[in-house]
Amino acid sequence: MTGKEYRTITDVKGPLVFLNKTEPVAFGEIVTLRLANGDIKNGQVLDTSDDLVIVQVFEGTAKINRETGVTFMGDVFKLPVSTDLVGRILDGAGRPRDGGPEIVAEEKADIIGAAINPYSRQSPHDFIQTGISAIDCCTTLVRGQKLPIFSASGLPHNDIALQIARQAKLKDSDEEFIVVFCAMGITAEEYNFFRSDLERTGALENAVLFVNLADDPAVERIITPRLALTAAEYLAFEKDYHVLVIYTDMTNYCDALRQIGAAREEVPGRRGYPGYMYTDLAMLYERAGIVKGKKGSITQFPILTMPGDDITHPIPDLSGYITEGQIVISRELHQQGIYPPINVLPSLSRLMGSCIGEKTTRDDHKKVSDQMYAAYAQGRELRGLVAIVGEDALNERDKQLLDFSGVFEDKFLRQSRDEDRTIDETLDLCWNLMANIDTKYLVRLDEELIKKYHPENRA
Amino acid sequence: MSNEGVIYRISGPVVTATGMNAAMYDVVRVGHEGLMGEVIELHGDKAVIQVYEDTSGIRPGEPVLNTEETLSVSLGPGLLTQIYDGIQRPLATLEEVMGVFITRGVDADAFDMEKTWTFEPQVAKGDEVVSGQVIGHVQETETIVHKIMVPPGKGGTVKSIESGDFNVTQTVCVFEDGTELQMMQKWPVRSPRPYTQKYAPDTPLVTGMRILDFLFPLAKGGAAGIPGPFGSGKTVTQQSLAKYSDAQLVVYIGCGERGNEMTEVLDEFPHLIDPNTGKPLMNRTVMIANTSNMPVAAREASVYTGITIAEYFRDMGYDVALMADSTSRWAEAMREISSRLEEMPGEEGYPAYLSSRIAEFYERAGRVETLNGDDGSVTVIGAVSPPGGDISEPVSQGTLRIVKVFWGLDAGLARQRHFPAINWLNSYSLYPQSLDQWFRDNIAQDFPEIRTQISGLLQVEAELQEIVQLVGSDALPVDQQLTLEVARMIREFFLQQNGFDPVDAYCDIKLQYEMAKAILSFQEAAKTAMADGALLNDVVNVPARSNLMRGRFEEGYIDRIEAMVKEMNEQIANAVEAN
Repeated sequence: MTGKEYRTITDVKGPLVFLNKTEPVAFGEIVTLRLANGDIKNGQVLDTSDDLVIVQVFEGTAKINRETGVTFMGDVFKLPVSTDLVGRILDGAGRPRDGGPEIVAEEKADIIGAAINPYSRQSPHDFIQTGISAIDCCTTLVRGQKLPIFSASGLPHNDIALQIARQAKLKDSDEEFIVVFCAMGITAEEYNFFRSDLERTGALENAVLFVNLADDPAVERIITPRLALTAAEYLAFEKDYHVLVIYTDMTNYCDALRQIGAAREEVPGRRGYPGYMYTDLAMLYERAGIVKGKKGSITQFPILTMPGDDITHPIPDLSGYITEGQIVISRELHQQGIYPPINVLPSLSRLMGSCIGEKTTRDDHKKVSDQMYAAYAQGRELRGLVAIVGEDALNERDKQLLDFSGVFEDKFLRQSRDEDRTIDETLDLCWNLMANIDTKYLVRLDEELIKKYHPENRA
Repeated sequence: MSNEGVIYRISGPVVTATGMNAAMYDVVRVGHEGLMGEVIELHGDKAVIQVYEDTSGIRPGEPVLNTEETLSVSLGPGLLTQIYDGIQRPLATLEEVMGVFITRGVDADAFDMEKTWTFEPQVAKGDEVVSGQVIGHVQETETIVHKIMVPPGKGGTVKSIESGDFNVTQTVCVFEDGTELQMMQKWPVRSPRPYTQKYAPDTPLVTGMRILDFLFPLAKGGAAGIPGPFGSGKTVTQQSLAKYSDAQLVVYIGCGERGNEMTEVLDEFPHLIDPNTGKPLMNRTVMIANTSNMPVAAREASVYTGITIAEYFRDMGYDVALMADSTSRWAEAMREISSRLEEMPGEEGYPAYLSSRIAEFYERAGRVETLNGDDGSVTVIGAVSPPGGDISEPVSQGTLRIVKVFWGLDAGLARQRHFPAINWLNSYSLYPQSLDQWFRDNIAQDFPEIRTQISGLLQVEAELQEIVQLVGSDALPVDQQLTLEVARMIREFFLQQNGFDPVDAYCDIKLQYEMAKAILSFQEAAKTAMADGALLNDVVNVPARSNLMRGRFEEGYIDRIEAMVKEMNEQIANAVEAN
């Protein structure tokens, strides 16, 4: 179908090009635009009719004029996939960025991806040990889960994501993850940080990078995560790998979505973001999971920065409705110098219940996690009270809980960037810290567990 | 004009066709692949179609075929235990045909057209039958008799009726005028099925959840809204309702929600036992799963598909409960399509007709006299997912204007791990007045009074807590400190309920009443003892009280609770002497 070049552009607006008098053009079809100076740009059909075709140009519309030649490629956007992708760095539109050869396709996959039939999914239940106590104990990650990091500017979410990528493994298994890393609108500096860290640890050989930087075209960001997920699906469901997809930063992605919506003069939803943003985000996040009869899996770690640290902003809000929990990074903890500054109170892993317990982690995991959470929550609340009435007004129980909240942050949360704690170490640490509280106040632990694990009884 | 047109324009899920003789809500087949769509707007010769499948790769000029039928569901034996997408295609069949990913252009029967069912006639030759009348029975699952009814609008004198094994498309009954009836009938999803009259609800839908049944009861045939921010437990609550409510049939709609969550339901339900019948829960369940990444137009249709199936079972005289999780995703589907149609938006980009669509949907709930004179009901429980948890947004407001029960989920409670995280201060039910007679007759004469006392204590607690925030609880007089303890007992012992605990997950309504009485009994005993000089601390810490509270996790609690209360009261009385 390729061939015919049109010079019938009527309007150019933002990232959009309008043209008329074409042969029938397919919805979603890929388009190349040849500029007067010979430069080539790529785009995709957003709206098509007998009279008018709207094309979204990925590289921006600079220098496009009425003389620009437009060719419709006869097909929707496809990514050439093969296992050669592993170890490669591609740009936001899927072209090599590492100076290496073009990817030789074993097959070409539609980047929109089809929805997994809910009937064909398999419930995730394999515990992933990240080596980070706050996550392993309180918001446990499960293979096949989508668990975003809700962060904000100036916080060390990248370090946490990298630490997870480095350390994530199944308990008692050496099976490694393939990391698919998708950068959307991050700075060159951040990108270099990711890349050098992956290089330093040798993880790059087991990774695929799709990189759209802050000075790359914003519209391209719409397809970057789709490329990354298409690669991930191929590796997971065709080649049996366990894939960990990290994308950063979803906020830039959503802003690009808003930009296109505005250019199309769509009716905006909240804060100017398009009304279909929920569906659009779901089309990405829902591509995580495990399906029956396939060995591989896709686990997603989207990172998003909450504008103004506001968790009710549409981006974290809509994400939270789709993802299976969230890990919330706290500015307050970060400013106290605690790494990783994970605030466990608003954090949540919805799939945690399915992967912890005697058979997978340890019999005391659930109750320990509940008790740690409850004691810390109460301790934190008491800090507010102490600010008003002073510490002396507290009774014995409250004093212990107040002290515990400090210890929790200092000893439990805090760990170094290369400290990889096993789940047993994490849970033992919990017991050691809880030993500072009188046993009679540990109401969420039962006698049996106290007998078995409390340091007093173990020594 | 013919029934075949051509595509003029494609914009996402919205396709415009010309040259076709179309009427509103006609179902059409779009493009060479025959994607299913529905006419939603007409402009002169142009018909605007919402397409239920992905439209990438479709071109202007491709054909559009009008089936001249409206979007309908197939109704008949075989519905139960099925799992459908939003337009009633069984997901299991789709898996067989397409594999694990949902591709497009595949048509699938709603249920097995070849399977035979044993049909037992309930009328005889020569009988005069009318619309809605039951002409025969099919034992569809162990617990449910599927009643074969004369489709609305039909009727006549039975010329012949046969018993025996038939599939759903074979004729089982013929009228004198030649009308043939099969076990399967079709009904357009956007029109409510007819009934004779609506009754006022007078029976509660017992859910086994204490805070719902006791404080904010829902009537069979009523409508409830559950708004809550993410992570507050909407889905867990909806699933508990699907599992334990005493409806005879359950239609569960997963509308634009998570795939893994639906999988969990699909994995879990076949293994669960209905506490009311002791049989597998799936026997009474129809599920609709149109997850967030499945086509948005099918999501829009899914709630109608669900409620039409619910109405069909209602017409047999059953009490049906329908859970829609989440209606906000349905509203967003409407918004998305409306914006593609370039309609003038109302609030927050939602179409101006949003609130009337919500109202129409909830109005399909109700307890009715069916066409055949039986009594059936559809209870609708809709989850709402307000952005940022702020219920001033249009979907929550549109819902609250129409439903009579509001179960407000609270992120703060969820963070304190208080589940179900339903806020007892802002939730409400307008049904107690019509249901109190039932509670008096079936549970206890003083049931409503006990409820008033319990909710009164919670109100007082809220006021006292404000003072405590400022001065600490020690500054309160002892009687108020006792009130706080009693309220705490209500919260921790009564309102909190562990949905994952095998015993506590379902609480019989009689037991709910006993537990409430136990709390008030504690209050009485403590008051008396303290008037005689006992210390609050001693009274609160009697061992029998914690035994009483822990007892709810053990089988046979209802038989022991009276003795446990008695023991507690004795120990409290002894606390006077100890002092």
